[in-house]
Amino acid sequence: GAMQPPAASPGPAAPAGAELLRWQWQEVQAPCLVAAWILVASLAKIVFHLSRKVTSIVPESCLLILLGLVLGGIVLAVAKKAEYQLEPNMFFLFLLPPIVLDSGYFMPSRLFFDNIGAILTYAVVGTLWNSFATGTALWGLHRAGLMDPGVEAGLMDFLLFGSLISAVDPVAVLAVFEEVHVNETLFIIVFGESLLNDAVTVVLYKVFNSFVELGPAHIHATDYVKGVASFFLVSLGGTAVGLLFAFLLALITRFTKRVRIIEPLFVFLLAYVAYLAAEMVSLSAILAVTFCGICCKKYVEANISQKSRTTVKYTMKTLASSSETIIFMFLGISAVDTSKWAWDTALVLGTLFFILLFRAVGVVLQTCVLNRFRLIPLDRIDQVVMSYGGLRGAVAFALVILLDREKVKAKDYFVATTIVVVFFTVIVQGLTIKPLVTWLKVKRSDHHKPTLNEELHEHAFDHILAAVEDIVGHHGYHYWRDKWEQFDKKYLSQLLMRKSAYRLRDEIWDVYYKLNIRDAISFVDQGGHVLSAAKLALPSMPSRTSMSESSVTNLLRESGSGACLDLQVIDTVRSRRDKEDAAMHHVLRGSLYKPRRRYKASYSRHFISPDKQERQDKEIFRQNMKRRLETFKSTKHNVCSSKSKARLKEKGRKKAIPLPSQKNISLNKETPNGKTQRNIPWQEAAPVLVMVSSEEEESDSSETEREDDEGIVFVARATDEVLQGKTTPELCKLLLTVALSAPTGSLDVCPSPCIIPPSPTLAEKELPWKGDQADLAVYVSSETTKIVPVDMQKAWNQSISSLESIASPPGTESGPQHRRFACPVLEEQPQSASQATPEQSSCFQFPSHISRSGRSQSDSSPDGPEQQELQPLMATEEQGRMPPTVEPRWLMFNRASHL
Amino acid sequence: SVSHSQITRLYSRFTSLDKGENGTLSREDFQRIPELAINPLGDRIINAFFPEGEDQVNFRGFMRTLAHFRPIEDNEKSRDQNGPEPLNSRSNKLHFAFRLYDLDKDDKISRDELLQVLRMMVGVNISDEQLGSIADRTIQEADQDGDSAISFAEFVKVLEKVDVEQKMSIRFLH
Repeated sequence: GAMQPPAASPGPAAPAGAELLRWQWQEVQAPCLVAAWILVASLAKIVFHLSRKVTSIVPESCLLILLGLVLGGIVLAVAKKAEYQLEPNMFFLFLLPPIVLDSGYFMPSRLFFDNIGAILTYAVVGTLWNSFATGTALWGLHRAGLMDPGVEAGLMDFLLFGSLISAVDPVAVLAVFEEVHVNETLFIIVFGESLLNDAVTVVLYKVFNSFVELGPAHIHATDYVKGVASFFLVSLGGTAVGLLFAFLLALITRFTKRVRIIEPLFVFLLAYVAYLAAEMVSLSAILAVTFCGICCKKYVEANISQKSRTTVKYTMKTLASSSETIIFMFLGISAVDTSKWAWDTALVLGTLFFILLFRAVGVVLQTCVLNRFRLIPLDRIDQVVMSYGGLRGAVAFALVILLDREKVKAKDYFVATTIVVVFFTVIVQGLTIKPLVTWLKVKRSDHHKPTLNEELHEHAFDHILAAVEDIVGHHGYHYWRDKWEQFDKKYLSQLLMRKSAYRLRDEIWDVYYKLNIRDAISFVDQGGHVLSAAKLALPSMPSRTSMSESSVTNLLRESGSGACLDLQVIDTVRSRRDKEDAAMHHVLRGSLYKPRRRYKASYSRHFISPDKQERQDKEIFRQNMKRRLETFKSTKHNVCSSKSKARLKEKGRKKAIPLPSQKNISLNKETPNGKTQRNIPWQEAAPVLVMVSSEEEESDSSETEREDDEGIVFVARATDEVLQGKTTPELCKLLLTVALSAPTGSLDVCPSPCIIPPSPTLAEKELPWKGDQADLAVYVSSETTKIVPVDMQKAWNQSISSLESIASPPGTESGPQHRRFACPVLEEQPQSASQATPEQSSCFQFPSHISRSGRSQSDSSPDGPEQQELQPLMATEEQGRMPPTVEPRWLMFNRASHL
Repeated sequence: SVSHSQITRLYSRFTSLDKGENGTLSREDFQRIPELAINPLGDRIINAFFPEGEDQVNFRGFMRTLAHFRPIEDNEKSRDQNGPEPLNSRSNKLHFAFRLYDLDKDDKISRDELLQVLRMMVGVNISDEQLGSIADRTIQEADQDGDSAISFAEFVKVLEKVDVEQKMSIRFLH
């Protein structure tokens, strides 16, 4: 390992009799040290990120190197000798593969292959040019007598040094560029180059190394030919190994359906075996892993489950990130070891100067040629960033350490120079590249999630271009990509993908699916405290929310998928009273939180997911989506929903003793600031006064939208006859509409992270007075407990209770179920609450202290009824807001792979 | 701004496609291109070559359509705004794509029109219901004026972040 054992501690003395405990440091020493170092590095990362200011200016890699220097100094001071160096073997066998795999696997493949020409040019021609130019120039410097005579090196030595110092390092580039956020094209070119130049570096390094070992006198012309041949062998061979293992990996994951738990392991295992296999036959291991990652991803992702995908992603990122951390830290520590150093100012300065100069010259010359063939030329600014972004890193350091001191006399000088070059590029260039990019106004990447339109139309563009190339008879890039995609679809995907995965695979569908999931998740995330319907409606596109709503509404209306969803409930219910109850139960069951129920505790090493959970997640997802759509409808068709609420209210009033709702009605005319009042013509011209409170935070939405999006407080006056005229099914339907629209229509009032009722037929079966109560409880809880974190439940309870406190006079024995059911209506019609059935009130209890606090708050009611009503709620919401934003995220990782 | 050799090359392609040797191409001539037959949007793209109500296209018309896919050059970006907009402008490129969707030429992509294209591009594996929800969502994303259809302005807006200049250009037509 990287850690050389410290001076052997004195072994245990001859045992005198039986021992209770024994000091076994020797046995655990190596793994313990490894763990300790990883821990130190990880803790350091935490510390760095405590201050956002520091990390936004100084790249993490710089900080880690500096930390390494400090730690190395401490070790040196304590142990009196340098220990814990970055060992080349450790580096190449354990630290590098995760980083390369990560970058290959998550490489944006389309972008990569779109720019493959430029990437290959820079990687091959650029690296060759840099190596030879740097090596020769340094040799020239040496011949000119500018260097210390102690530097015993010939042309071959300098070329060898040039080959290892000239390669741009993937680890360093990634570490720095990830924080800079230049545009994708620029990033992929620099990063792709750093990955693919490995083949060139490896070949040059090996060839020159053997030349140095042979000695200049023994090199024959055939050796040069061999060198060129080995380049093709190493690069193409490495790629082939990668492709082979990618194929194997994809094939294996096709059959892992029953062993989901070890699915992720195959990805790591095969990629690692690919690396080792390539390394074994001295092919380019980096190329092997890179291409293995790039090529297998599509099939692997389609085959493995969503959970495995998440596991792969996170494990890969964790491994890569910790490898990177350790590499940079050990670079710092290794630099302290002065025994390896031999300083020569001319060599160091010369190398620094030449690598910068030749990199710039190389980039400019190659870009000049490349731009003739590129659709979008790389401009001057791009070239500056590319030249400046040529960072050197740990690969160079590991290679220089690997040199044989016997053969390469000037090794110590080279080591010192390499360390300086690596430190200079990582620290100085890493620090300055961000300001430089800002100063040059380099086009940054705009990270936005793909929208369906973009995906769809870009697909169309691809087809169009392929068709035009066909028509023109030019077999260009699009032609070949089209060919490849057809081949892939016909044969490869068939072979490498599960039947089920293959059937459902479509990029447009994927994007649609992801968008839906994202919306559902953000909906749950926002849960209790969404204030505007706009946010709720389309969290994915905050800027476009306002415009999109009406369309959805129309669509819903046209396709008839709106309110009629719940009509089935009504059909089977007989009397009107029953119908009301049915509707309420229906709604209740959907929106109530049942006490958290545990799953039967079970442990299995081989399976994690009981089917229940998956089903639940799916159900939740479905319901959220359904609710979202309902939301659209109800928000946009304000009139419609208000109508229904009015009617609802009507109904409530008719049969109940008018109580505190009177207050609302009377205050109705006050119209505080920020509230708009309007009359909406109701059916049969019954006047309904609808008060819409608009407390919009978002200033950009227009007035009308604002009204639509707002929490609505309805106060309606209509005659009883009108209501009588209504057919009861419709009433129930409307009831449901109200309930469904509750989260939107009155988000301020009722921030319910709740679930809308499941499909009506299902609900029907389980209506409490039909099925037994216990059954129902189980059903609902299995739906709700998973997604709604406890905090949110609390917030919800609090808001409900605060509502309750307003709606009903303290101390009144009131049935909670009506409140819960229709929070928007609640405050206006607490009368209905008085009709509680004991059966239901027993199933849900508010925490008494919470409701009490809510009550006391609302007792002091100064001005404006709405204001009053909202305040306690807002306050409680604030409390509940913080934790849920973090917690519900895990939902994402649980998503079942298909709808 | 198309080079002479380019025109010669395209003309020879034109004549080789022109099996009737009458200086115009018919739909059949296009359909004979094997790769085009498997292109999901092949028919739509062929139609784009033919002016309204005609079923023959001459070399000039052929070139006019292809001109949409010429890359935008640096010197063109800064050209004066007085002249007519070149065929390869961003807006014209987008309009070309837009017309592929808009079958009834009412300057709107309706849900039905979108569904048709989706069905062509997505293949048979996805149910009509799912396609329908994709179409709904797509329109919902793009629609600004609430007419449940995507107008050209909305089409442009929704693709404003897409590098259309690059994605609708072919280097060959330089």
